[in-house]
Amino acid sequence: MKGHSRRELLTGLAFISPWIIGFSVFMAYPIAMSGYYSFCDYNVLTRPVWIGARNYIDLVRHDPLFWTSLENTFYYAALALPFGMILALALALLLNAKVRGMTIYRTIFFVPSLVPAVALGILWLWIFNGDYGLLNEFLKFCHVPQPQWLSDPTWSKPALVLTGLWTVGNAMVIYLAGLQDVPQTLYEAAELDGAGWWGKTWHVTLPMLSPVILFNLIMGIIGTLQIFTLPYVMFPGGSPVHSTYFYTMYLYDNAFVYLKMGYACAMGWIMFFMILGLTMLAVRLSSRRVYYGGS
Amino acid sequence: MTQRRRLGTTIMIHVVLVLGSIIFLMPLVWMILTSLKPITETMRLPPVWIPSKWEWQNYPAAIMYGSNKLGYIPFLVYGRNTLILCVLTVAGTVVSNALIAYGFSRVNWPGRNILFYTTLATMMIPFPVTMVPLYALFRTLGWIGTFRPLWVPAWFGGAFNIFLLRQFFLTIPFELSDAARVDGCSEWQIFRQIILPLAKPALAVVALFQFMSTWNDFLGPLIYLMDQKTFTLSLGLQFYQSQHGGTEWNLLMAASAIVVAPVIILFFFTQRQFIQGIALTGIKG
Repeated sequence: MKGHSRRELLTGLAFISPWIIGFSVFMAYPIAMSGYYSFCDYNVLTRPVWIGARNYIDLVRHDPLFWTSLENTFYYAALALPFGMILALALALLLNAKVRGMTIYRTIFFVPSLVPAVALGILWLWIFNGDYGLLNEFLKFCHVPQPQWLSDPTWSKPALVLTGLWTVGNAMVIYLAGLQDVPQTLYEAAELDGAGWWGKTWHVTLPMLSPVILFNLIMGIIGTLQIFTLPYVMFPGGSPVHSTYFYTMYLYDNAFVYLKMGYACAMGWIMFFMILGLTMLAVRLSSRRVYYGGS
Repeated sequence: MTQRRRLGTTIMIHVVLVLGSIIFLMPLVWMILTSLKPITETMRLPPVWIPSKWEWQNYPAAIMYGSNKLGYIPFLVYGRNTLILCVLTVAGTVVSNALIAYGFSRVNWPGRNILFYTTLATMMIPFPVTMVPLYALFRTLGWIGTFRPLWVPAWFGGAFNIFLLRQFFLTIPFELSDAARVDGCSEWQIFRQIILPLAKPALAVVALFQFMSTWNDFLGPLIYLMDQKTFTLSLGLQFYQSQHGGTEWNLLMAASAIVVAPVIILFFFTQRQFIQGIALTGIKG
């Protein structure tokens, strides 16, 4: 190695030295150990004991709660993802129109997504309240049946979806930023071809926005599959009858309530491969429909 | 004809936006109104909108909540704990990630890109995978029940922030560094005196996001904090609510408002950085 690049190597390593520690201690080591623990009987108090693939076999073959939590999580994701994506996109399209007062509207729709998850859960517990809840008072006023959001297992997951829809602001802002990048000339060309609002949205906006839509979809998959704080606050123990007992809640309980740490690690790895698989599937399925500018 | 149609469209858009705004604002308005009601008016049908008497003392009552059953809920202590953690994590995140991102973007060394892409790949690992070994590690160090697991890692960089700052550093012309090198500046001087001042907007975004994430974090404190006196606001609020059974909704809403307000106030002062920051995460992804 020449003296010149050797010095650069040392300079570079000096600058990233915090990360060399951070990466090894807080990333690489925990990842490796998590893989090892997932094949062990481990309760953190005593040394891990190797038991082969037992944790994985037990999870899949002998643990109905694993399947319940998995089913709940996918059911929730299947509701929350499409509704959330469509609402965020619709709001962004609406908030991209050129009318007066747009900054105020944008702020109003964004602010709820700032509310910390615990406060969010408590606030919506009060809105969903069976006796004095604002939502059911409103439904009564509209002469619509009023479900027991918090105690009826059919309605507990939709209650979480509704709460989540209130915080679409983040995804909405990402769409809005994407919309700013659509070249105005494309709209002018479409207008010359006689395209109306629908035509322009369908043939210009959505194709140009497709990379952003894919990004929000992947972020949505990662986020919804890991949902924890909101149900933990709103539905203690996954009540009613385990209808809101989600995957990460069961994982947390295994690790820190039952001290089945190896079992929890196995659950973590199964989650990792599910997220990886779904992300790859989303990228694969969308590859023909996503348009990446010139690159 | 077209002009009239355009006016019609504009009115339609306003109608939809106003209705939507009312729906989106309603929960927050309801939170504030409930927090200022006497307890009897929270339990009335049809609901009372405007309190007959504005109960401002609900706020001090929520902050210094004490009862025979629950004991004292020290919200001021929770607030102090949260602020300590915010300051420590924000400082750590800004300092460490600025250094690391500089090393990954402005210095050319062999192996740089491989390590950078490895860093990016770790973003795919969800927290539940590393949760248990991290707990075991901190337990061995005797850090469980202290703040250390919640702030020390922030001083050693994070993949997402490294990525964000590196993107920004790459947009700064390299001629600036070259000229400084010709003038005999050391790499450290270039970093401190040229790059850092130019990177202020990006550093502000990183600081802001870190503050928000520490302020909102629930799972971390839930795992590592044991003693009630060390709780953060998020954890303390959840504890208060779960012990309380949800009867005094006026106090609960006051406590929630206290946790929400600083974040919203911060947003109003930093709106531009905020929106740009979120947009940045989306576009570059």
